[in-house]
Amino acid sequence: MPNNATRLPHDYLRHDKKFPHVWCPGCGNGIVLGSLIRAIDNIGLEKDEIVMASGIGCSGRLPVYVDFNTLHTTHGRALTFATGIKLAKPSLKVIAVMGDGDATAIGGNHFIHAARRNLDLTAIIINNQIFGMTGGQYSPTTPYGCKASTALYGNIEHAFSIAELAVTAGASYVARSSVFHAKLLDKIIAQGIQRRGFSVIVAMSNCHVQYGRRNQMGSPVIMMEWLRDHAVRIEKAGDLPAKDLQDKFTIGVLADVDKPDYIEEYQKIRERAKEG
Amino acid sequence: MANNDPPKKLLLQGNEAIVEGALAAGCRFFAGYPITPASEISEMMSVRLPRQDGTFIQMEDEIASMGAVVGASLAGVKSMTATSGPGFSLMQENLGFACITETPCVIVNVMRGGPSTGLPTSPAQGDVMQARWGTHGDHPVIVLAVSSVGDCFDITIHAFNLSEKYRVPVIILSDEVVAHTREILALPAGDKIEVIDRIRPSTPPEWYIPYEENSRGVPPMAAMGEGYRHHVTGLIHDQRGFPTQKPKETEAFMKRLFRKITHGFYEIQMTKSIMMEDAEVAVIAYGSVARSAQRAVMQARQQNIKAGLLQLITMFPFPKNAVDTALRQCRSVLVPEMNIGQISREVKRANTSDCRVLKYNRIDGQIITPTEIFTELKDM
Repeated sequence: MPNNATRLPHDYLRHDKKFPHVWCPGCGNGIVLGSLIRAIDNIGLEKDEIVMASGIGCSGRLPVYVDFNTLHTTHGRALTFATGIKLAKPSLKVIAVMGDGDATAIGGNHFIHAARRNLDLTAIIINNQIFGMTGGQYSPTTPYGCKASTALYGNIEHAFSIAELAVTAGASYVARSSVFHAKLLDKIIAQGIQRRGFSVIVAMSNCHVQYGRRNQMGSPVIMMEWLRDHAVRIEKAGDLPAKDLQDKFTIGVLADVDKPDYIEEYQKIRERAKEG
Repeated sequence: MANNDPPKKLLLQGNEAIVEGALAAGCRFFAGYPITPASEISEMMSVRLPRQDGTFIQMEDEIASMGAVVGASLAGVKSMTATSGPGFSLMQENLGFACITETPCVIVNVMRGGPSTGLPTSPAQGDVMQARWGTHGDHPVIVLAVSSVGDCFDITIHAFNLSEKYRVPVIILSDEVVAHTREILALPAGDKIEVIDRIRPSTPPEWYIPYEENSRGVPPMAAMGEGYRHHVTGLIHDQRGFPTQKPKETEAFMKRLFRKITHGFYEIQMTKSIMMEDAEVAVIAYGSVARSAQRAVMQARQQNIKAGLLQLITMFPFPKNAVDTALRQCRSVLVPEMNIGQISREVKRANTSDCRVLKYNRIDGQIITPTEIFTELKDM
């Protein structure tokens, strides 16, 4: 039996889609896609029951390569399409893949409301802290003081912490990992898909080309080391003094609340409507 | 089994009749955002859809509403949204997505005074050109106009049928007058209503080519989750749905989008002629203005003026042939509109005879009355 490294690409990548893919060498997007495929394979989902939706940007190109029901939507709107699909056909497992600019700049409103609504969707946000495809403009997650093509004198805006935002907005499952911590990423993506309600997976990633080069991290290796050195297991974060957590990010599960999702609630509406 | 019950009679406003029409056409998903003067459509959908195992959702804005509507349709459920000018502006982005992905859906725009917040509770017809060209890029779209409560029911069913048949978003233009006027609607029995559903693929999944050329130019549409896994994108795509930048594939795709509508002109372009047989002067009108025009034409006939009305039900694709026939027959036509003359310009473009095309416009949030039109007709 072939091992996973040869079986998974054969089973899940589209045979009729021409390669190479659009991403730069060393991009973290492929690692996230690998994690997603392993998660789906481990759960044992059928390809027909999976919908993968994306927005615009480098992350927007993930679905085209995989053999699911795939949808490449407009910038920031993946969750709105995902909402329509899930409500129309609740048996489908709907996964939305977005970038940080996609999900929290232009799509910020949809993101917080999807979390509040708690519809059973899985949102995977690849956070490379920059608008990569358009040439490295600063995004809502670009750290303060960092450089971008529209912030050559340094970014004066403060970054969103996407996972914490999702927790506050009401998402029932929120977890974060990075492309360096791929095993954890596999695990939290699988959990996110399996949990009912709105699940948010933040994958910290590298854009050494558009972000790294302007910020003294111009190679994927350096950026991987940065991810390794700046991640703190959430279980350990509580024991550390606040100053040690500055410019760090936690990895692990931030929220895991079992509560009825929107479709379960809507089923009650249907019953009430029929009685009335 | 034929149902011989007499039609049920209801006293409804235009917005409510649109809901009845949508449900009769098989709409089972509605996403919307509150806005005057369209909110009654959302409210009634929120009551009616759950009773029929359909789904209503109030989204965070109109951008999201339009996204959800397209998503639901891709999953195989007939879907609709309703809004007014400011919300219609926000929907343009994902309306374009529906155009390029050929996703059937219906968008109701109950027009109010504009631009911007404008006159939220006053009627207008200022969104005609936005309905045609509001989303960026060349694209085909079908735009229908309603003038009465009866229209709201019938035309909404037509809108769904055309949308399903041609895989194109259909926009219904209503206005504040039609939306809130109450009239008797005779609701026909369900089996008396023609309902068209999109053609689904009959080939096995491994042979399915989602955007394959065919004689109609309308490829069969598979719903998500039925084995026909394929890629749907807002990028220009090849026949298999994958993004392409090749000039030949791009042109073939764009041409097919337009060709499928052109082939359907005979049934898409709907107009209504009243007393046009021997008309020497005519009114070309749509929406609530067509009601005033009809009254004015009757008044004119009483004074032996040979007047007629050509009512446009389909605004776009512009019913050039019907308009051309009227122009050739009459010495002058009047185009009254509650805007600065958006359709009169189309009428002038279609004019190849020496017929005079006159405008009559109000942009003050007031309706155009029969008397105003009659006064104009007398001098034509």
